[in-house]
Amino acid sequence: MASEPVISVAGLSKRYVIEHESRHDNLRDTLHHTARKLWRRFRWGTGFQKEEFWALRDVSFEVQRGEVVGIIGRNGAGKSTLLKILSRITEPTAGRIELRGRVASLLEVGTGFHPELSGRENIFLNGAILGMSRAEIRRKFDEIVAFAEVEQFLDTPVKHYSSGMYVRLAFAVAAHLEPEILIVDEVLAVGDYAFQRKCLGKMSAVAGQEGRTVLFVSHNLGAVTSLCTRALWLVQGHLRSCGPTAAVVADYVGSQTEQALADYDFRNLGGPDRQAGRLLICGVELNGGAPAAHREPFRTRIHFRVRSKVDGVAFGLGFCSLEGTRLATLDSDLDGQYRAYPAGYEGWIELSVPELPLSPGRYSLDLGARCGSVSSLDYLPACGLIDVQPGPRTPAGAVQIPGGGLRLAGLWTDSRPGQR
Amino acid sequence: MSTSISEKLVIEAGRAEQNYWRDLWRYRELLGFLAWRDIKVRYKQAVLGVAWAVLQPAVQTLLLTFVFGKLAKMPDGGVPYPLLVLTGLLPWQLFSSAFSGASNSLVGNSHLISKVYFPRLIVPLSALAVALVDMAILLVLTLPIVAVSGVAPTWRLLLLPLFIVAALVIALGAGLWITALTVKYRDFRFITPFLLQIGLFVTPVGYRTDFLPNWRDLLALNPLTGVVNGFRWCLLGGGMDFYVPGFLVSLAMAVLLLGTGLWYFRQTERQFADVI
Repeated sequence: MASEPVISVAGLSKRYVIEHESRHDNLRDTLHHTARKLWRRFRWGTGFQKEEFWALRDVSFEVQRGEVVGIIGRNGAGKSTLLKILSRITEPTAGRIELRGRVASLLEVGTGFHPELSGRENIFLNGAILGMSRAEIRRKFDEIVAFAEVEQFLDTPVKHYSSGMYVRLAFAVAAHLEPEILIVDEVLAVGDYAFQRKCLGKMSAVAGQEGRTVLFVSHNLGAVTSLCTRALWLVQGHLRSCGPTAAVVADYVGSQTEQALADYDFRNLGGPDRQAGRLLICGVELNGGAPAAHREPFRTRIHFRVRSKVDGVAFGLGFCSLEGTRLATLDSDLDGQYRAYPAGYEGWIELSVPELPLSPGRYSLDLGARCGSVSSLDYLPACGLIDVQPGPRTPAGAVQIPGGGLRLAGLWTDSRPGQR
Repeated sequence: MSTSISEKLVIEAGRAEQNYWRDLWRYRELLGFLAWRDIKVRYKQAVLGVAWAVLQPAVQTLLLTFVFGKLAKMPDGGVPYPLLVLTGLLPWQLFSSAFSGASNSLVGNSHLISKVYFPRLIVPLSALAVALVDMAILLVLTLPIVAVSGVAPTWRLLLLPLFIVAALVIALGAGLWITALTVKYRDFRFITPFLLQIGLFVTPVGYRTDFLPNWRDLLALNPLTGVVNGFRWCLLGGGMDFYVPGFLVSLAMAVLLLGTGLWYFRQTERQFADVI
């Protein structure tokens, strides 16, 4: 086997130009804008101000055959942009990439699934979209169906599937891709835990036994640590460090020493995809600025804006350890309540918890809005930090572990042999 | 799979499309799947299914016969007027459904474009398939009607595929322009129905050009004129003659449209994922 790297990236940069007056979605805006630009140039001899945004700046690295490389970094660090360029969805502004081998990328679960088509038909369609040939899909068809555990529903349109079945089927197709290079975005964030493990297992088996190369973005540092041989850490489009997973992850966790804030602004986070979404989470205000405390009431206000009419909306707030393992999730649809908003709506949704069960320590926050149970409207993993203080009802001397998880009182009763 | 191990792909600014045409060939199966999806969904969703593909032209035939044949009293040259309209509608339906399909294709598939790589040309190309199937149904129903009306099929029928391809070339050329423009300026969505409305009248669907000597050369600038005349020439046998210079002009316009459409599409293609 040649020692030539499978992926070599040199000086990769990607610039997005943000016209300061937002995007010109219609011709009239553009005409108006162009006219104004010409007028200004005519009068002052300068162009209109455009804001440049470098999603990636001079990133270089190499990946050898059979490596599983994790890409970590905060939101907006350029992870998704890197994957999009490697998958040839968008072009780099500068730099050069050499890829040796067939590439398949999985940036989303179930891309191209059509709700009207049956499970069987969607397997073929999705397989083809992910780059499998018809013969290849036919060969693996039974395996895919068995993996997804949807045998009885193969001929049912997927719009009648439960969200779990839908996600399992989508994963199953993706898990049977056999490219030399597999690129995976944070798709494992959905789906139940057991199935996630199954997929991760399949992925590492693929890399280990068959010498395939996997590039993998995740906020779940646990998954990165257990799966990846090497990690890349991106900070604001620059490659901060690159090396053995344990060391890079430790550095990354160590860097999260910044102050936990009382409110966060997410309006400018992420790329054009996010800005164009139907619903945008603009910010979050934690406990009205007061410190959050264990076993005390806690409230959160999520500020959001609706671009086009949505219904079936559910919000979620997740508390994670600093390694990215989810410890607690609060969902607005747990009682079956879904919300609908008209286009242009802007408002807050408030969550209140009578007694915060998180033990004192620091947690990382995930925020999200979904439409129904599968389709994500906006998802902000690891978007903020929160420090939970010991409350008046936390016994003095209780051990304080960072991200210690839930600490609940429960009902404790003594009994002795012979007693009932 | 066996040959791909040694394959090397270079990604650089402005160079991503070097293997474009080879990739297009490589992704032909995806093209097939997308076309198959569109056809399947179309006939699965609509309760009336096939009936829908027939009802619309039937009503249009009646309407146009009434307006052009009865009210305007346009000359029919001995061909039953409804037959004249029907054979004109056949290519018109093909064009209009292919054109509007292609025009909406990119925005309609934006979720694919922002998540997966493939030559983007596949999307508008696959949109042509639905139009082709609709037309095939209509054609199968038209042929017996023509035969019953006393027009015997001739060898000219064998040349029909040529004109079908010409109609698709025009639809693709115009569709490429509109769909690429729609990615950036969503206003262009509204242009498609407007163009189709005008097109129905500047294309000789409801009348024949051979009795309009003053207009036939001007009308030939509309590439669909040649196609419609070609369809009638193939289907209606001896009752029609074929105006070759007109057809050549139409053909040249069709090629020009496709050429510029392709050029604009390729120019803007690499930004699709960033702006869609």
